[in-house]
Amino acid sequence: MSGRTIIPFGPQHPVLPEPIHLDLVVEDEKVIEAIPRIGFIHRGLERLVEKKDFIDFVYVAERICGICSFIHGMTYCLAVEEVMKIEVPARAQYLRIVWSELSRIHSHLLWLGLTADAFGFESLFMQSWRLRELILDIIEETTGGRVIFGSAKVGGVRRDISAEKMQEIVKKLRSYQKEMDDIGKVFLGDLTVQHRLRGVGVLSTASAKALGAVGPMLRASGVSSDIRMMGYSSYGTLDFAPIVEQDADCYARCKVRIRELDQSVGLIESAASKMIDGPIDVKVTGTPNGEFFARSEQPRGEVIYYAKGNGTKFLQRMRVRTPTFANITPLLETLKGCQLADVPVIVLTIDPCISCAER
Amino acid sequence: MAFLPMTKLIVKNLFTRPVTERYPFVPKKYYPGTRGKVLIEVEKCIFCGICQRRCPTAAIGVSKEKKSWDIERMRCISCNLCVEVCPKKCLALDVKYSAAAGGLQKEEFHA
Repeated sequence: MSGRTIIPFGPQHPVLPEPIHLDLVVEDEKVIEAIPRIGFIHRGLERLVEKKDFIDFVYVAERICGICSFIHGMTYCLAVEEVMKIEVPARAQYLRIVWSELSRIHSHLLWLGLTADAFGFESLFMQSWRLRELILDIIEETTGGRVIFGSAKVGGVRRDISAEKMQEIVKKLRSYQKEMDDIGKVFLGDLTVQHRLRGVGVLSTASAKALGAVGPMLRASGVSSDIRMMGYSSYGTLDFAPIVEQDADCYARCKVRIRELDQSVGLIESAASKMIDGPIDVKVTGTPNGEFFARSEQPRGEVIYYAKGNGTKFLQRMRVRTPTFANITPLLETLKGCQLADVPVIVLTIDPCISCAER
Repeated sequence: MAFLPMTKLIVKNLFTRPVTERYPFVPKKYYPGTRGKVLIEVEKCIFCGICQRRCPTAAIGVSKEKKSWDIERMRCISCNLCVEVCPKKCLALDVKYSAAAGGLQKEEFHA
């Protein structure tokens, strides 16, 4: 038996967009154990809730993550609206769905590009990000920002999308869908890609459940779980079923995300068809008094916002549980027994968003 | 399994123009709703200070005595809140972003 060595992975590593440190205990080329260390970019945003009033805190919540910014802001609003018993107008709820799904598409395309880069397929990486840019253009056109949407607010949304614009967006998305299919075919059909993804980083259904995996990581392990099923923000009125894969390896996680691209385009289409004319926000009066756990589905999985108000304009406590944080434990399980060369790809398949996890 | 599925994309790529824009020869296009830098019509301003109080990043400073309005461009996050709360509607968001600058510099406007 050969000796064990510890190989440090991160916090600065070519495949990692953000800093996380893993101590990889290896025996020859095989990883025996991975010991994580996080906390490099902790910013203390939860504490800031005591200094910013509950309406202005949406801006802080949006800046917790640069990729799923809108869903962070929206979930914070959901929590505060529930505490204050605010009824959000139907049009605003559908607009929130449209922006949530747009951010899911752009996040998944970003992930596909990063993964292609991790297994050394540069041109596929460029093609994925080219498509992402088209989605970002739609986002900038409708909200005014490319990644920080700034369109969610307590009591509704800030901007409206006209009916003609909505038709144009749906038409554009349908044409992009064909291009996404072309890229999807490369990810799912190319021999070299399959060689890097198939059978790598398997997470069994039992351990996915036991370790609390969320999002595509959980659904790729054969568990049908998606917070959108709970029907928050009018998702309940749309025809929706979670996308589930059974193989539980990196390939399955990739497949879940590629299929979710199509699903998101479908959801935007049906939200656009159900959108009725009406107000986009309600006037917010009073201050939050009470507490609530709001849950929503981000591109990376379930995010939980806890908000507790004490009758003043500053919330007493706010807590966020982000999907990446939940997925770190399952990641350590999947790393056990893998080859050292596969570590970057496996780490990327949880779609790590470390600044989210550390806030 | 498809045979060399990337070929279609590569061949298409060979015969199309570059996707990136040839900046600065082609000017950058902005959408009408893009949130850029904050503009002020200082003649209309009554220096009530609501924008200063509501600014989430404390980028705006207002002085009623000196009749001045200032902004630290690098601190501003272009959130549009000051434009929404202004009672005289003298603030607006430009589609263009503010120019790059070193450090936090105040830009002052006087009535």
